[in-house]
Amino acid sequence: MNKKTIPDKTAKLILEDGNIFEGKLFGYHKSLAGEVVFNTGMVGYPETLTDPSYKGQILVMTYPLVGNYGIPPMNDGIPENFESDRIQVQALIVSEESKSFNHWNAVESLDQWFKHSKIPGLYGIDTRRLTKILREHGTMLGKIEIGKERIKYYNPDVEDLISKVTVSQKEEYVNGKKRILLIDCGCKKSIFSNLFSRKVTVIKVPYNYDIDKEDFDGAVISNGPGNPVVYKQLITTAKKLIQKQIPTLGICLGHQMLSLAAGAKTYKLKYGHRSQNQPVKQVDSNKCYVTSQNHSFAVDTKSLPRGWQPWFENLNDYSNEGVRHEKLPFRSVQFHPEAAPGPVDTAFIFDEFLKDVK
Amino acid sequence: MKHKIKKVLIIGSSALKIGEAGEFDYSGSQAIKALKEEGIYTVLINPNIATIQTSDYLADKVYLLPINTNYVEKVIAKERPDGIILGFGGQTALNCGLALHREGVLKKYKIQVLGTQIDAIENTEDRQLFCNKLSEINIKFPQSKAVTSIDEAVEFAKQIGFPVIIRIAYALGGLGSGVCRNQNEVKKLAAKALSYSSQILVEEYLEGWKEIEYEVVRDRYDNCITVCNMENIDPMGIHTGESIVVAPSQTLTNNEFHMLREVAIKTIRHLGIVGECNIQYALDPNSQDYRVIEVNARLSRSSALASKATGYPLAFVAAKLALGFGLHELPNSITKTTKAFFEPALDYIVIKVPRWDLKKFRLVKRNLGSSMKSVGEVMAIGRKFEEAIQKAMRMLDIGVEGLTASRTKVEFEELEEALRNPTEERMFAVVQALKQGYSVDWVHSLTHINKWFLYKIQNIVDIEKKISVTKGKLSKELLIEAKQHGFSDRQIANVIGKDAHDIYKLREKNNVHPFIQHIDTLAAEYPAKTNYLYLTYNCSIHDFEFKLKKSVFILGSGPYRIGSSVEFDWCCVITGKTLREMGYKTVMINCNPETVSTDYDEFDALFFEELTTETIWEIYDALKPLGVVVSMGGQTPNNLALKLHKIGVKILGTSPESIDAAENRSVFSSMLDELEIEQPVWSKLSTLEDALQFANKVGYPVLVRPSYVLSGAAMAIATGDFELTGFLQKAVDVSPEHPVVISKFLVNAKELEFDAVAQNGKIVCSAISEHVENAGVHSGDATLVLPAQRTYLETMRQIKQISSDIAKKLNINGPFNIQFIAKDNRVKVIECNLRASRSFPFVSKTLKKNFIEVASKVIIGKKVEKWDDQTLTYDYVGVKAPEFSFTRLEGADPTTGVEMASTGEVACLGQDFDEAFLKALTSVGYKFPIRSILISSGSIVSKSELLEPTRQLVKLGIKFYGTQGTSKFMNANGIPVETLEWPLNSKTRNAADYIKSGEIDLVINIPKNFQEEELTNDYIIRRTAVDYKIPLITNRQLAMRLAEALTNKDPLNLEAKSWDEY
Repeated sequence: MNKKTIPDKTAKLILEDGNIFEGKLFGYHKSLAGEVVFNTGMVGYPETLTDPSYKGQILVMTYPLVGNYGIPPMNDGIPENFESDRIQVQALIVSEESKSFNHWNAVESLDQWFKHSKIPGLYGIDTRRLTKILREHGTMLGKIEIGKERIKYYNPDVEDLISKVTVSQKEEYVNGKKRILLIDCGCKKSIFSNLFSRKVTVIKVPYNYDIDKEDFDGAVISNGPGNPVVYKQLITTAKKLIQKQIPTLGICLGHQMLSLAAGAKTYKLKYGHRSQNQPVKQVDSNKCYVTSQNHSFAVDTKSLPRGWQPWFENLNDYSNEGVRHEKLPFRSVQFHPEAAPGPVDTAFIFDEFLKDVK
Repeated sequence: MKHKIKKVLIIGSSALKIGEAGEFDYSGSQAIKALKEEGIYTVLINPNIATIQTSDYLADKVYLLPINTNYVEKVIAKERPDGIILGFGGQTALNCGLALHREGVLKKYKIQVLGTQIDAIENTEDRQLFCNKLSEINIKFPQSKAVTSIDEAVEFAKQIGFPVIIRIAYALGGLGSGVCRNQNEVKKLAAKALSYSSQILVEEYLEGWKEIEYEVVRDRYDNCITVCNMENIDPMGIHTGESIVVAPSQTLTNNEFHMLREVAIKTIRHLGIVGECNIQYALDPNSQDYRVIEVNARLSRSSALASKATGYPLAFVAAKLALGFGLHELPNSITKTTKAFFEPALDYIVIKVPRWDLKKFRLVKRNLGSSMKSVGEVMAIGRKFEEAIQKAMRMLDIGVEGLTASRTKVEFEELEEALRNPTEERMFAVVQALKQGYSVDWVHSLTHINKWFLYKIQNIVDIEKKISVTKGKLSKELLIEAKQHGFSDRQIANVIGKDAHDIYKLREKNNVHPFIQHIDTLAAEYPAKTNYLYLTYNCSIHDFEFKLKKSVFILGSGPYRIGSSVEFDWCCVITGKTLREMGYKTVMINCNPETVSTDYDEFDALFFEELTTETIWEIYDALKPLGVVVSMGGQTPNNLALKLHKIGVKILGTSPESIDAAENRSVFSSMLDELEIEQPVWSKLSTLEDALQFANKVGYPVLVRPSYVLSGAAMAIATGDFELTGFLQKAVDVSPEHPVVISKFLVNAKELEFDAVAQNGKIVCSAISEHVENAGVHSGDATLVLPAQRTYLETMRQIKQISSDIAKKLNINGPFNIQFIAKDNRVKVIECNLRASRSFPFVSKTLKKNFIEVASKVIIGKKVEKWDDQTLTYDYVGVKAPEFSFTRLEGADPTTGVEMASTGEVACLGQDFDEAFLKALTSVGYKFPIRSILISSGSIVSKSELLEPTRQLVKLGIKFYGTQGTSKFMNANGIPVETLEWPLNSKTRNAADYIKSGEIDLVINIPKNFQEEELTNDYIIRRTAVDYKIPLITNRQLAMRLAEALTNKDPLNLEAKSWDEY
């Protein structure tokens, strides 16, 4: 544990609409801008913070106590509860950053982790008030400014964020006969491990990879950050998969890609779904699942072309949560069947997909 | 969704007892609401007259009858329901349901069990079946074995290694279970456990493992969610009902959280639960290893807590699921826009702390363990652990002002022992250790409390130190820091030697106030449409729209405890309902998760908050209501009346000065003198010498008590100088600031209760109930009869006159209660409280005149009609009987006295006293028929009085056993009584052995004096009786009335009439 005697430095979170929150700094002291989003999950901060889909975002956690069980060691590669090898958020906003931590598998505090990762955090913020502002106004740009330093707002939506989180070159992990192409748009580690553990060979490729030169039986388009329509090349790749009738599974951003490729439209939700308790229902059934989600954009169900049908819908706002083709082996989900963090109720999605892969 | 159910029988949980308390009033009431919403005719059977669920506006039919197959079958035969609901009345209802199934009653009347089915219930209740089910799906559970003999128990314990835990299948709240660290302990406990059940379990004991619970909900479509998880601060080994619990879990990683969640869902699906259940785990603090401890296939104390902690109405939803609805077909009742199929996200922390009353019991074992001993609980909400735990400590109403820095000091000489072998005061030992500079590691090694919690407590200790070194010059920053960490103004003032008001002024100056926040189930993701609220200093604006014009605050009763329980919750809920119907906006402030008053839909706003002047003022100042009702929540709000009044709070109803005049003995006594009303001679004394002198002047016995008593804490009767000296030292220890009051105690006098409502000093409705027991038994432990059956008209007339005079003098505007003592037609006043009393639900429901409704109207200033007491016109009688939880309070001497000891009550109606009395006794655990009685009849006066009753019972064919003196006396009078040896005199076949071997159906043991301190023969007999669940009578009048009743009526053949049929 780590006890401080010198009071922490203060800094401001300034929102686009003029709202200002003053808090205290932890982690690395650096002024930073990004898109401010909130997540209502109560556990799994290491998983959340390392999720590449958060690239470019300043994350607000609504659960007030963060850091209670510390951070696991990095000695043998990526720890079990990391989704990538580093913190992906621009910055973290919490009510209380737990100065003390306790867990058999923890080696450092949240503060220490943020410090050496050179990522800033703010605590002592009324995160409930902040969340309500984001709920009412919708997701906003914001910036953390320390002292007299002034910085510009930064809008991640217009940028090619995936290029910052995708693998640099093809990686192949042999574990079975079936060959699954995993298009990495900022893929969470758990998507990879969910596939790999099902005895398939996973070929992880960069998002702009030319899939024509690869031999594979099925494809997965992963989650990732940013606005889906920005990634024209990726949409083209998805179209190719459809044309070739290759069994395909899209997850989160991958879901949006597959839908765009099929001809559907996407739009930005007011404040997105970021939580571990999103209820989804399988359309035309009484089957419901609690899912983990992290997305700003959604597929417009009404825009789905013929042959494609909604698969899941959100029970809170009835937004689209998944699509599938009536006959062909294409399916995608907006939520995260790999969970991490969150409930593991929908892991069967991987099994259903692999059944189609011959 | 379609269902064909038209009429449903709901089984309640009977009297409140340790392990089964107010939470089942909450769950039963919600179930009734949920069923009625679907147009279903509801029939409730529950003899707990003080509950909200037995109110006239909930179930369509209410039967105030015992929960056993005899009565339930009678009700079934009469009502012919097509469905039955077993999961909302605790273990009592579940056990009764299983018995109805075993006896073929459900089949005979073609009744469908709604929700979780019988086989699934059996699979969770029978340990072996349960383990088999878990094994089928590879779920881990503690190594255990069902054994039927002591030898077998010892053998298995040796095989799996010590420590082991011994449990009983079908046990309430861990009854009879315990940890054994060696062979001898196994032998001892196994013997005891085997006396309850032919089969006991010996299991591996997971010392120091984390204890985690999940509340799981499943619908008939197999949709399954976990609504809440909870972490016990006290690790395995301490019953979850005895543990401080946080929600959500604080020290679990995502993997641990979701691994246990997945196991929960897998298990619940496999067991086939439909509705709600609770699953308990042990989790290794050093790996991801886990064990499933148990599943409760019903609503439970934990589910009530989870409901309040999250805002998710578990009982309501579970009732709908039992009818066949799917979770996705039900709305989220907080947001109204989202669905019930979701898992709440909290943006606050909740802490539950149990409330114990162990100090009220002589000889009780105070250590916490695997049996439950607590009688109530509080729940605190905050945005920091420190904020919530300090609130919780204040909410307990045990005299402390937080976790630390209280004026009342709880200190330990044997600190290490206090940490290693926890009692109900263990948290104070943790604080003391950290204050004295012991390390978190050291405290952890002794307590196994997770270090994260200890670091947080360390934080509180550190802030206290920071405050103390300021020498009174508190900076704004430190003031805010202290408030954010849950320090009250009083605590801060204590540390720097100032008055709480000084700190308040400092806060005013710096504009430091708490902010109102919503509990919305979705962490602000969707707006809440209800006003379920709490206060925190860890926010920066109010999250609350001030739309409550014409609002009235109602102060709740705080935690249930001995002397203050569900009866006050009923009063509060009825007040809210009445005022709401009159167009007022109602605001409840309470902190007890076991209540209906903390259901957010009962009032226009609910503050789950402390009942302290500081907190009430902050809410009052923010909402600016018309005023505050302090007379419905029992003694806790009553005690706040004058303090609130002094800081400018408008108190509705009777004036705070009058309330204080009734509470203040000297003022009240002078008033009685002035009105020429008699009272027992008394004096307020501050030295031992004066006390002894006074007692000798008025003559023994005398009643001793400190000022401002609640339910007789530290009260005692002294029969001589020696006893008086002893008791006085105890009383002075309790309250050193207050002198002691000694009054003349009248022997063989009758006690009567006067419950009434007055308007502008004139009584508008009233009722007189008489006690079966003579004076000397606390009114809360007495058996009450209404209308009074054996009281002289002259006595009644005097009572009415005196009460009118008092009401006029104090200008009472609201409910009040006066206790009278009567002897030879001379009536004296013992006590007067200008608030609703414990017996208000009893008199209201028995007389079918809602006194609280009347009182609520009076309090708000509406003119009410006088209701003439028509006592003589009632052709039925109500009898209220106490429920004792002595069986759970290991070691406690199970006698009644001036200290209240009962944890709950029931009341039944009958054509006459005998019928109502026998029903009430059946409801609190008396088993009929009685074939054999063991009698020790006490003093010679008592012996001769019991002579006739014994003769009557012998005539009924009951076999009598007696201890030496008694049987000699009876035999000399021609009554055949077989002599049994005293337990201390004979090692074999003594009186205690007869009880243990089940040869005795009832024990009558009349103590020779008021308080026996030693471990006497009589104590052993009494204790053995309660340990082996044999009904015990320790009061002479009660024994006599039972003999008469049994002579006049057959207890197994009494009519099952519903409340409205009387």
